[in-house]
Amino acid sequence: MKSWLTTTDHKRIGLLYFWTAFGFFMIGGLEALIIRAQLVRPDGGLGVSAETFNQLFTMHGTTMVFLALMPLSAAFFNYIIPLQIGARDVAFPRLNAFSYWVFLLGGLFLNASFVAGPLFGADRLSVAPDAGWFGYANLTSRQFSPGPNVDFWLLGLQILGIASLAAGFNFVVTILNMRAPGMRMLRLPPFTWMTLITQFLVITAFPVITVALVLLMFDRFFGTHFFLPAGGGDPILWQHLFWMFGHPEVYILILPAMGIISEVLPTFSKKPLFGYTVVVYSGVVIAFLGWSVWSHHMFSTGLGPIADSVFAGTTMLIAIPTGVKIFNWIGTLWGGQIRFTTSLLFAVGFIAMFIIGGLSGVTHASAPSDLQQTDTYYVVAHIHYVLFGGTILGLFSGIYYWWPKMTGRFLSERMGKVHFWLTLIGMNLAFFPMHFSGLLGMPRRIYTYSADLGVARFNQLSTIGAFLIGIATLVFFWNLLRTRRRPSNAPANPWGGATLEWAISSPPPVYNFTVIPTVTSRLPLWQTERHAPMAPLPDRPPAPIHVPGGSWWPMITAFGLPIIAIGALAHLIPIVLAGAAVVIVGIYRWAYEPFEM
Amino acid sequence: MTHGSTHATSMGVDNRKMAFWAFIGSECLLFGSLIATYLVYKGRSLVGPYPHEILNIPFTSFSTFDLLMSSLAMVLALAAVQRGDMKQGKLWLFVTALLGLIFLGGQFWEFSHFVHEGLGLTTNLFGSTFYVLTGTHGAHVTVGVIWLLTLWIQALRGKLGPQNALTVEITGLYWHFVDVVWIVIFTVVYLIQ
Repeated sequence: MKSWLTTTDHKRIGLLYFWTAFGFFMIGGLEALIIRAQLVRPDGGLGVSAETFNQLFTMHGTTMVFLALMPLSAAFFNYIIPLQIGARDVAFPRLNAFSYWVFLLGGLFLNASFVAGPLFGADRLSVAPDAGWFGYANLTSRQFSPGPNVDFWLLGLQILGIASLAAGFNFVVTILNMRAPGMRMLRLPPFTWMTLITQFLVITAFPVITVALVLLMFDRFFGTHFFLPAGGGDPILWQHLFWMFGHPEVYILILPAMGIISEVLPTFSKKPLFGYTVVVYSGVVIAFLGWSVWSHHMFSTGLGPIADSVFAGTTMLIAIPTGVKIFNWIGTLWGGQIRFTTSLLFAVGFIAMFIIGGLSGVTHASAPSDLQQTDTYYVVAHIHYVLFGGTILGLFSGIYYWWPKMTGRFLSERMGKVHFWLTLIGMNLAFFPMHFSGLLGMPRRIYTYSADLGVARFNQLSTIGAFLIGIATLVFFWNLLRTRRRPSNAPANPWGGATLEWAISSPPPVYNFTVIPTVTSRLPLWQTERHAPMAPLPDRPPAPIHVPGGSWWPMITAFGLPIIAIGALAHLIPIVLAGAAVVIVGIYRWAYEPFEM
Repeated sequence: MTHGSTHATSMGVDNRKMAFWAFIGSECLLFGSLIATYLVYKGRSLVGPYPHEILNIPFTSFSTFDLLMSSLAMVLALAAVQRGDMKQGKLWLFVTALLGLIFLGGQFWEFSHFVHEGLGLTTNLFGSTFYVLTGTHGAHVTVGVIWLLTLWIQALRGKLGPQNALTVEITGLYWHFVDVVWIVIFTVVYLIQ
């Protein structure tokens, strides 16, 4: 127990990220199922109140983006990246532990709002955030949201932002600076490359939402008018700041999944990734362009023809590097010796579903057509095709691929295939009809709709699909759990992968590599035209390897942050100061603790 | 902070130094967003006091000069620590922190003077954007001063030497960055009205 609380081992932290994020994924999924059950027929199928419904869709979006998808990707960054680059750990192991604890505590803080009502004298149990996952001004003002709901949201996101930023610095340095000898930048595995790009987006996008949330905090706590017309402020500024973060954020969500399938497809086609360099540079271009498109979320605010045209143009441009990647993935499969493992099925599913989501995305890029789609279920369909059909399928692909490496145990392929087909059918049943209900005029975020709208049938299908996804996820959860009772018999390289993580035992020893490998090719474990496979590493380290012990200070420092947030929520300055004291003491003890890498 | 890195790195730059450069890049976006907010709301206050009625350029020019000199002191501190001259190192670390404190004192005086003149945080958009922008910068200076004083106390206790030159260098990176940000804020808020 103590060894897990104080761990600084990237592999253990990766597993902690995985299980925690998976738990939040189940909570976010449960919220989605209640939403779908309510919408199964006109005028409300479950009798959920408007207030509760607002909380459900807000928490569903916030949870899935910040507590499920990002940290599930982080589980792979943690576990896999040091192995892929041939390192013993990340650059800053204690900072890594700190990121995890801050993420966990931030997630618990946000979800505590579901039961915190009585503490704030509310007449209901739940005071969960209820202003939507992008929290548009001026709905978030004290005037229109007097309760603690929005405070939970903004303070929770502020905490989670710290976790992401700390991890961002850590992984940028790890990938740039901790590579094994010979691991040149253009020999990095594509997953590592996409992670590097993602982390650059994290460290540049998160400061912007930090500022937006600080300004919102000043509006709500200290009476300023940053986003309030009453004092001359402009609610649209919130949208600009939020989406300047929010659009890079969607690439933060999708690029890791693109990296995962760029590993899975070559392994199961027995072919190198087609056009490796182009895939890498396309990722870089996507990230650059990702910074120049934020206003396409705001066409309906009336930006004027010039801004509309520019943002429509840059948005359409992103389709080019994305399309290039898709052709490269298909080119990788083409003529390969394909093995239809569960992991490959999910990767291929990613390509197909992401194309659908990408195409509906291009329809949003055109301002006139976007005006018809804004705030309808069509947008909901789009984001679920890219974030579920894209990110989640990609993450599932990665889980089936790397689970033997992470635990030494195989997931059941048979249950995996049931999981895959239920998920694929369920998601199309759930999300495809939303295109129609949206274009027929069903607004998003409504808790009831009239039978006259003519969307009842589509909603029924969506609900059935959502529950299929729920069943599929339970199958997957069972599959994960049953591996605990399976023999630990995975060989070092069960799939015949080409990258360094497959050169060491499954699961790897605490020091990862007995000897730090020297890399001479992009596919170190494969026989290629010009390169022989790397010689196997010795079974035992020739010299003792020093492994750093654990540390309590990352966790203790992390605890200071929710204490500060609780003090702010309750308007109790002494608690804020106590939290700040914990952080300061934690940082000093951390800085002066003997901890050798 | 207490030990130097002993590992060879892929890029030949110490991990901590590279992390700090990444952090500084990130901070650019933080201050960039705040400065953009200030500029968006420039001239859109509904009531006074307005910037030209209240900003005291000569006084703030002095503060700016003070902060620039602190960067010079920081350079001297680093150079002294690098050549192992801890007597000079202690002196210049302290001078850097002291100049930072003088800047903060100036900011405190400026803020209280403005409040006295009727410009509070919530008076108008100018007040809100001004206090949040310069306050965030002031908070960064405060962190820097605490950091410098920590190093200075370590040096007094004989626990800071040339082996910690990298720590001092990173402190300097942060300090110079905060200084450069002030130059931008001074130009945008005070000089271009």
